[in-house]
Parts: sequence; structure tokens; C-alpha cells
Amino acid sequence: MGYNCLVAIKQVPDTTKITGEAMNDDGTVNRSALPAIFNPEDLNALELAVDIKDRLGGKVTVVTMGLPAAADILREALYRGADEAVLITDIRCAASDTLATSYILSCAIKKLEYDIVICGRQAIDGDTAQVGPQLAEKLGVPQITYVEKLKELNETSITTQRNIGNGWQVARAKLPALLTVTSDANEPRVAAAKRMMKYKNAKAPSEIAESLKKQNPNADEESLNVLIKEKCEALSAKGGLIKQWDLDFLKADLKWCGRSGSPTKVHRIQNVVLRSKGTKEVKPDEKGINDMIHELIEEKTIA
Amino acid sequence: MINVNRQGEVWVFAEQHNGKLEDTPLELLGKARQLADELNAKLAAVLLGSAISKLADKLIRYGAEEVYVAEHNLLEHYQATSYAKIICDLIHKHEPQIVLYGATITGRDLAPRIASAMKAGLTADCTDLQIGDHTTANGKESYKNLMFQIRPAFGGNIIATIINYDRWPQMATVREGVFPLPEPAPNKKGDVIIEEVHLSKDNLALEILDEHKRVKKVDLKSSRIIVAGGAGVGSKKNFKLIWDLANCLGGAPAASRAAVDLGFIDSDYQIGQTGTTVRPSLYIAVGLSGAIQHKAGMTESQKIVAINNDPEAPIFDIAHYKITGDLNEVVPRMITAIKKKV
Repeated sequence: MGYNCLVAIKQVPDTTKITGEAMNDDGTVNRSALPAIFNPEDLNALELAVDIKDRLGGKVTVVTMGLPAAADILREALYRGADEAVLITDIRCAASDTLATSYILSCAIKKLEYDIVICGRQAIDGDTAQVGPQLAEKLGVPQITYVEKLKELNETSITTQRNIGNGWQVARAKLPALLTVTSDANEPRVAAAKRMMKYKNAKAPSEIAESLKKQNPNADEESLNVLIKEKCEALSAKGGLIKQWDLDFLKADLKWCGRSGSPTKVHRIQNVVLRSKGTKEVKPDEKGINDMIHELIEEKTIA
Repeated sequence: MINVNRQGEVWVFAEQHNGKLEDTPLELLGKARQLADELNAKLAAVLLGSAISKLADKLIRYGAEEVYVAEHNLLEHYQATSYAKIICDLIHKHEPQIVLYGATITGRDLAPRIASAMKAGLTADCTDLQIGDHTTANGKESYKNLMFQIRPAFGGNIIATIINYDRWPQMATVREGVFPLPEPAPNKKGDVIIEEVHLSKDNLALEILDEHKRVKKVDLKSSRIIVAGGAGVGSKKNFKLIWDLANCLGGAPAASRAAVDLGFIDSDYQIGQTGTTVRPSLYIAVGLSGAIQHKAGMTESQKIVAINNDPEAPIFDIAHYKITGDLNEVVPRMITAIKKKV
């Protein structure tokens, strides 16, 4: 008994930390100058999954598409209660818009068993909230977005309370289903020390390859591959191997991936520079304020 | 996906709940009217629901030349799967060049499901739409009369213009309140086109068991004067200053996200990227630094007065009146001056 929960997560630049130094001369944002973090609402998605496992049993698998460095948030997810982690990384995923991203994620998720797919409502780098519903459509499952509370879960259906802007709604879907979760849903737990001990050496094959290359600078490719294979197998036996999949393994149709799979293109990027045409300094004393109010009344801004 | 269809219409999804149209599709009709005129295309609204055909007239008064009506008792309550199916069928049938949705919770739930099924592009939360031309980076191809989908990205720090030149329709969700409501034309005539609807219970993925709506405590969008407080106001108790100033101006109190997060005031009053977008005649920002996400929701105000003790506060960049000083002194002085009608 129990539920297979699959959580789709994303590593994002911390857009709340943007300063002048994080901007390139051409006005674009230099993502590498910003700390890479676990997308905040994806932590709420993970928490919901781990809570379901704690109360009702089952398994939590986290999936991300990103650069090899995104293994960091997969480890973070393992510390916080996930049982298995999958990294989808492939240079051909680059420049994917939300449609291509949801296609690639759907190829990976179809390889896994799931009762419930859980996503954060939206990621802070794009704020689109599109990948969840698009993924649900690709998987052919119902979607419940803006979930703020899990009300009931049984073998056949899931019942949730969702935010509808000016109130709430209780909606039930048959399993399997996809949820997107808001930050109101729960308080994500912190990493557990015991789990950190267990998973601190969890690695994806690309990370293993890189560190073995550094340790054995003179090894030829063949012997290096043997070393990598051994190390992966050893980690796998301990449950510490992060699975790493590329588009070939997913048998993804490249037409729907990356740039060619993305109907939306960028025409132009501009820096936000908001300035008023003229700012009048007003002294904070009685005369300054009286004069300003007088002006606003004269021009009928204040009735 | 449908092929590029230069003769295609411009569509607006006419979001309604319980037989009442939302404001957003009406705002969108105003903007879409301009786009359609520039493209020399027809403007249509797409209306789904149960017993809602009476709403078609209102959509026509607000600028639609045609209204496609899909009525069915299973469409009474919005849900993504059934609504997406109907709209996809209509897109295949009529091949519009543009489809617009409000970036409401419903619009953000529905539009991506449609985009995925159509394998078409979708841009979220646009703050402006324009018609323009695009030449690819290598200079080899150029496309005329595309919809420029303009939106803030990266936490509001950049403005991206997105296009979709090959896999149509061009679709976008548009933030509530960024376009003014158009003036309705009382005697305008248009065509109401009743579409056949094929739906069964199997198309309903969700059971809606209960729903609770509450009326927002304040209607910021239609307030002519707004007084917004930020974290600098200091406390819930001190936030009374904001209420007092708003009251004596006949305006509405409002707040930045920081003030809401600190519990000074309810989130109904929040202005900014994750709140309401407003364009009042007068906006008074009190103890509010002016984070880019906040500015995104109020920069269209006609006159902006900013009060802050930090002369470098970014809110001053867009203010017409800059008052560097202690809000606890400045606000009472303003109230006195207004009451005296100096």
C-alpha cells in the first residue's frame, strides 16, 4: 500500500538577489552571478509528497531537468525526504520553452510509476505557472492547480482545496492526477541530519565522471569508464546514485525538444528602467506640504 | 498547432463564472480591438458555459464583432479539461491568429492546457501587446505583423518581448488591470454564433464538491486615489496613518507585499506583480521602498507622491513629488493640509 508521488523540481537563479553586478553590459541578466536555489514552491510540492509518504506510505521520486549542477537540488530533496532522484540533463534541452520542457519531463515521467505528480505552482525565474498544466496534458491526466490543502486521498481519488483567487474550491480528481501547489500549502521541513549523512555522497554519473577524471588525470578513456561504472554501481547499491537520463535514453523526439520544440522565441530583452519625467523635491515641512497639496487641488488631482 | 493564417481572427476568451463576466475579458477586448484593427482582422469573443448566451450582447458592446457561444450543462462550472477540449475544437475549426486569456487563476489553469494540446506557443502574464515585425538573428528570415507579447521576467528585472512566428495561434495570458476598460457602445451590433458542443461526463476530469467565494474587501482597480504603505510604516497600529490619509482623500488604502507579509494589512490590499495592478489619478507611497515588483503594479499612475526617509529609495525614481522625511510627521501634515483645503 501507499502512493508513488513524483515531484518535478527546478533549480532557479535567486531572482530576489538581483543587483547591478548581476546584469551584463547588454542589459541581460547574468544568471551565473546569482545563487542557484531550489525553487521555493517546489519545496512545498516536495513537502506535500513526503507528508503523504509519512502518513500513508509509498515512495517519493524527484525529477529535474537542468544543468549537471542541478544535482545539488536533487541531493537537497533527498535530505528532505525524497527516496529517489532523477536528473535529466542534455545539451539539446537548452533553450526549451515551457512547451518543450513539459514534453521532455513527460518522456521521463512516463518511464516511472506514479499515482500523483506534484509541481510547485510556478518558478521564480519565469513566473509562468505553465509547465504543470502542460505536463498534465502531455500525460493525459487531470490537473488541480493552486492547491493549498490536501483534503482526502484514497486508492482511486484525491481531493484538494484550491485557491481560486477570490475564495476556494474543493475539487476531486481520479488518480493518477497532477497537482500544482502554492506556498500556502505547508511549511517545508528542513533537511534531516540523519538523511544528510546518508545522502551527502549521493552523486549523478556526470559528477562521478568529473571527479574521477580529476583524480586520475593520466587514465585513458577506457579505464576511466571502468572506474566510473564501478563507482556508480557501488553508489547504486547504497541507494546513493542519482539517476541521470539524456534525451536518447528518453527516446524523446528531438523535434519537440530545445529550440526546435519551442514555439515561443525572444524578440527583445530590455532592462527595466522606470523613471518619471520630472521629480519635484518637496520639503517635509508645513510649507512644502501645503504647497504640494495646493497644486494637487488646483490641477484637480485631489477633488 | 495550426498553420500561420494571416486572415485569422483575434480571439478573447470570455471568462465568466456563475453567469457573470469577469472584467479581464472586457479589458482585453479593448486592447484586442486595437490589434485587430492594425491587422485588419475580425475581433471575436469565445464564450463557454451553461445558459450564458445572454452575455454575448455585453461582449459585443465592448468591441467584439462576433461571439462564439458554446453552451452545455456540463460546462456550467469551469474546469480545465472540458473547457480546453471545446476551445481546441474551435481553434481547429476557425483558425484564429491570436487567442488571448486573462492571467487570472482560471486563465493560467486553462491556457497552458490548450497550448500543450495545440503544440502552440503561450506567453504568460503579459503587461502589453503590440503588433510588429521580427527578423531572425541571422537576418535571413523576417516576419511581418506578429503579436509582440511583452512581459516582465526574472522577478520583474527585465522586460521580455516574446513572439511566435510559426506554430500558431499566437497565444498569451494578460495580467488583470493592465489595460483600461473600454467604453461600451450601447447600440453596437454583432454576430452571435452558436457552436455545437459534444461533451460527455468522461470529459469532466474533476468533481467540484464545494466552492466558497468571498467579496474582496476593496476595489483597488477602480479607486481614483490610492494611499499605499510599505514596511517602513513600522507596525499594524501605525498603519492607521495610511487609512486616515486615504479616508480624508476619499481614496483606498493599499500596501506593498512587504507590509502584507508583516501583517499590517490583508492581502486584498496588495499592489504589485503578485497583487493588483492599478492606474489611479494619484498614488501616494508611504514608507515604501519601491521594489521592482511593486512598481510593476503602479507605474501607470498619473501622479505619484512618495514619502520615505531614505533619499535613495527606488520609489523616488518614478515619483513626481519626492518627500524625504519622517512619515510620522509628513502624513499628519498632509492630512491637515487636505482638511483645510489650502
